[in-house]
Amino acid sequence: MTADRSPRAGAGLKPEHQRHILDAQPDIGWFEVHAENYMGAGGPPHSFLERIRALYPLSLHGVGLSIGSAGGMTPGHLARLKTVADRYEPFVVSEHLAWSTHEGVFLNDLLPLPYDEATLALVTRHVDEVQSVLGRRILIENPSTYLRFEGEEMAETEFLRTLARQSGCGLLLDINNVVVSAANLGFDPAAYLAAFPVEHVGEIHLAGHAVLHDGAAPGGERLLVDTHDRAVSDEVWDLHRHLIGRLGPLPTLIEWDADVPAWPVLEAEVARAQSVLRQDGVSRARAA
Amino acid sequence: MRALADIQRTFTHALLQPVLRVPDAVGERAGTSRERRFRVYRNNVKASLVAALTARFPVVRRLVGDEFFEAMALVFIGQHPPLSPVLAEYGAGFARFLEGFEPAADLPYLPDVARLEWARHAAYHAADAAPIGIDRLAALAPEDLHDARLVLHPAAALVDSPWPIVSIWTTNSVDEEVRPIGPDHGAETALVTRPRHDVLIHRLPAGAGVAIASLQAGRPLGEAIAGAPADFDLPHMLAVLFGAGAITGLLKGAPE
Repeated sequence: MTADRSPRAGAGLKPEHQRHILDAQPDIGWFEVHAENYMGAGGPPHSFLERIRALYPLSLHGVGLSIGSAGGMTPGHLARLKTVADRYEPFVVSEHLAWSTHEGVFLNDLLPLPYDEATLALVTRHVDEVQSVLGRRILIENPSTYLRFEGEEMAETEFLRTLARQSGCGLLLDINNVVVSAANLGFDPAAYLAAFPVEHVGEIHLAGHAVLHDGAAPGGERLLVDTHDRAVSDEVWDLHRHLIGRLGPLPTLIEWDADVPAWPVLEAEVARAQSVLRQDGVSRARAA
Repeated sequence: MRALADIQRTFTHALLQPVLRVPDAVGERAGTSRERRFRVYRNNVKASLVAALTARFPVVRRLVGDEFFEAMALVFIGQHPPLSPVLAEYGAGFARFLEGFEPAADLPYLPDVARLEWARHAAYHAADAAPIGIDRLAALAPEDLHDARLVLHPAAALVDSPWPIVSIWTTNSVDEEVRPIGPDHGAETALVTRPRHDVLIHRLPAGAGVAIASLQAGRPLGEAIAGAPADFDLPHMLAVLFGAGAITGLLKGAPE
């Protein structure tokens, strides 16, 4: 069955769901974990993940390398990432186009980078280093952003295209991040996706976002915040369906990291993503 | 275009300082203000770190109340931001910070409660090891007992306090209704262990803390209990240690 080899939908693995997943072994394509949650020496995080890894493919998503740090990536952190990757043998390793550490201080957020030649050269060098230490290609994710910098030299899509070409990395396309950034920075998400270097995409993220209104302030408008604390929005689903129709099935993750719901709610979101991937498979088979 | 290192320095400062000041490099946009946009990042940083401390120190939070805890956590974050991208490592210095945090001086046991909560957290992530039973000790010839060295589990930790920290922790985490803990409760020493999955807290018998600290430092049993008071109950201490799954090995004879 070729269908078995077709890219599937997966879920972000949350501690709240681990026992149920091991007991019920739901029909989910794969799970994704944050690498930094598995850098402790031992204990329940590792014992659960080992058992889940024995049942499912795993995607390893880093949130702490700070690939965009001008002062270099966090010393020692890449070696720890490699230890986790070697232990759990994920089918994909990903990180972010962002920075989070400055002079040793870790700010625990994915902070924005100015898109210019100097940043591109720095990030390319760091991605090279990560790929060479891990001995594999990684995916870099487009960030959710709230502001831009004075004097930028290129669009994010152009930055990512050149980064992928020069470093050989793949891209993780977070459609919710596109929608969040587009609303906050005033661009058209469909145009962004049309310009995105889709040939490098190895994984898709979908998540929910919060909408803040600021009616009181002069010229105030809505601001979207990438909260991962609710269901995926209709706009994100529409863009996902359109993109999959264009590209064919791609591994698609549902991220739900705060106000984590009962497992059936998350499972239903994953099933919805899976149905989008399957619909495309069906329409392509008919077309052939 | 400002140099990236400049941007990152001003961002780091502006994200952590109490008063909002947007870095100059942030561009103007029609509509929502620069302040409002930059504040999203400030909120992400602060809220996520307060959440990490809340997860680590739920009893401290309960003892001081939500509003006080959040204000106190923000002072700690400003003075001691994380130095590792592994968030599980954040909060090791919280107990020491509380010692010098004047507004919480009314609760002198607070730093030791924080130490106990940190020990629980560290035990959760500590290396795995299989505990051995007390039968292994019983199998030793009596003349070998004095020089025997007990290997403590990597998760095992002692928290010694002049305050009844185990009672305070227990009633604020386990009990259906919080019991008042009077000053007559006296000093308590906690042994934190994690034999397999679950982190456990044991109240140690008097005098056992010093002896166990000595065992943990690799000294043989005879030497570890040499300084103990005359009424020290060795069988009880060993029963607690082995019963708690705190011992993973037994080395016979003096070290090389």
